[in-house]
Order: sequence, then C-alpha cells, then structure tokens
Amino acid sequence: MKCRKCGGSAALELRRHNAAFCSPHFIEFFRKQAAEAIHKHRMFTRDEPVLVAVSGGKDSLGLWDLLIEDGYRTAGLYLDLGIFEYSQESRAKCEAFAAARGQTLHVEQVAEAIGAPIPEVQKATRRPTCSACGLSKRYLMNRAALEHGYAVVATGHNLDDEAATLFSSVLHWQTDALPRQSPALASTHPKLVRRVKPLYRLSELETAAYAFLRGIDYIVEECPFSKGATSLAHKEVLNRLEEVSPGAKHNFLFGFLEKARPAFERVEHVLLQECASCGQVTTGELCAFCKLADQVKRRLRPPATVPGAAAP
Amino acid sequence: MKVILRNPRREIEVAGKRRVKELLREMDVLPGTVLVIRGDELITGDTVVGDDDVVEVRPVMSGGVA
Repeated sequence: MKCRKCGGSAALELRRHNAAFCSPHFIEFFRKQAAEAIHKHRMFTRDEPVLVAVSGGKDSLGLWDLLIEDGYRTAGLYLDLGIFEYSQESRAKCEAFAAARGQTLHVEQVAEAIGAPIPEVQKATRRPTCSACGLSKRYLMNRAALEHGYAVVATGHNLDDEAATLFSSVLHWQTDALPRQSPALASTHPKLVRRVKPLYRLSELETAAYAFLRGIDYIVEECPFSKGATSLAHKEVLNRLEEVSPGAKHNFLFGFLEKARPAFERVEHVLLQECASCGQVTTGELCAFCKLADQVKRRLRPPATVPGAAAP
Repeated sequence: MKVILRNPRREIEVAGKRRVKELLREMDVLPGTVLVIRGDELITGDTVVGDDDVVEVRPVMSGGVA
C-alpha cells in the first residue's frame, strides 16, 4: 500500500478517507486535523495557557505532545484515581512524559477530595464505577484549572469516544445530554472553565497510530473497571458498522453536530449557582460531587460506639 | 510467526505466510480496531508476514469514557 502524498510505503490505511499515509505524512495529516478543530471552534490561542488532562493513555499523551510540538503553552493534569497498579503505572507514564519534555504536571488525588479511592467509592455507593469516576474527573478538572489559573481544559476525547457517547444518548433519548455534547463547551459562569476536545475529528485508530509513531510511552493495558463497560459495547457496535460502511462513525457524529444538535439546544437558560458546600458551580443547592462525597463518608464511617458499652 | 496480543499480554504461534488482513480475519479481529506492529513499524493489511516475523496486534479501544 502506498502513501497518498509521496508514494512511499504506507504505515496506516484510513478507509474512511479512502487513503493511506507513510509515517511522516500521517503525522502531518493528524496535526492538521487537530489544528482545524482548534481553529474552527476557537478552542484556545497560543497566548493562552492550556491545562491538558492526561491519563497516561494514547489519546491524552498524544494530545499533549501535539500541542507542545505546535508551540502552545501547556501543563498537564493527572487525576490519581487510586485504581491499584493501573493508577501507579499510568501516573508514572505521565510523570516520565512531562519530565522528558520539561513540562509541569499537576497531580490531584481523587481519594483526598472524595474521601476514598475510586474502587472504594463503588463499594460504598453501588454507583457504576465509570459513572462515579467520570463525575469526579469532570469536577476535579474544573476545580484544578480554577486553582491553578487556567481558563481552558483540553481532554483527549477522540471521534470514537464522541460517537459512542452520542450513540448512548440517542439510544436512551437523553435530550438533556445532547446539547452538551460538543467539541468545545464555553464557560457559562465565572467558576466554570472552557472544556475542549481537539482530537474529536480523529479516530481511536489514528490517535493510537500517532502515539506509536511519535514514540510516546503510553499505557496500553485498559483500566480494570472498563471491562464490561457499556461505552465499550457501544464502541463495538459502531466498529462493526464502520467495517461494512467506512465513515459511518464520522457521518453519525458530524451529522449530529452540524444538523441535529441545534434542535436540542434549550431555549430557556439553566440557572447556575454555587454549591453551598464547596462553592463550585451547580444547578441545585449541593453539587453532585459533594453529594457523592457525602454518601461515601457516611457509608465508610466506622459505626459509632455506644457510650458505656463494654469492650469486647 | 510469533503474534503478540494484549489485554492481557500473551503470545501465540501462527505457521505460514499470509497477508495481515488475512491474519486478522482468522483471529476474528476488525482491522480498524488494532495497530499491527512489526519491529518499530506499523504495517498495513496488504503486508505479507511470515514465519520469521514477530507481529504485535495492539488494540486501540479505550473505555469507561468520562
């Protein structure tokens, strides 16, 4: 197979583009796609520091790499979820990446914020692990960005992630979630930072290829809690579709963003206020994170001893 | 050839020459869901691999998206 641009030996075939590229021309293609996303959605400028949320995986480290290479001012944010060896290894990958490139890496311990590591949160609340984890990550990303003075957080969500999220929302007709699905979410409150996804035009295959070809040492093993996750089942369905109809995922997501999303945007504005407990932005009196943390603390608190009871 | 698989990491032996896309089909793996790596290179579906090769089939799917 030959590279579309130079005729050299191809490293990757991109069926949805009916093209193949050699390593240098694939990297060029990848960076152009990310640059187009950043430009089209006015995600950030070169003068604006960007906090990149990194997990140690191919997407987030690939994103950080391309932003550094493209001359953006960046720092990383690693959220330590406390998931056994998986978290230790992924944190080590992020620290090594940052050190090799002379970049700042901020680290937040989820257990300190919520009262227990993610595996204990699941046991205490019986809430699905990915749900508690996702809620904690969104909350802590925003809080860390505010504390460290960043107006924008960039995440490594790719085309497959976005298509799977859309598929799930449509499958359950979650009309509240549909207008919030966007490559760039503007700040709608002084305490809410902008959230952007510069890789939303690039597939999971492409982000993995970029990380490999750039020599990025990322964590290949999956989070132990992702086994059986619904999001993976949705990705598998979409991958089957993509196999018989290249471009299906792209058309599904981009068709939604361009044609359908505006129809789901609310006419009335949601009233945002500050959480009575932590001061972060919420629509109710207490934010969802504080409610979760409170639930964890109550369930994990040792039973009170009865005054005067004899010791066993 | 030696084929390295992931999640969990394991190795299998496959005898005889074939194209990468045929190897993936035999293993019931969709081509768009894996990188195929030989040495320090990515190889495409039409590449012929044989007995002396070591090929890694690395999944690209990550989950539990927040």
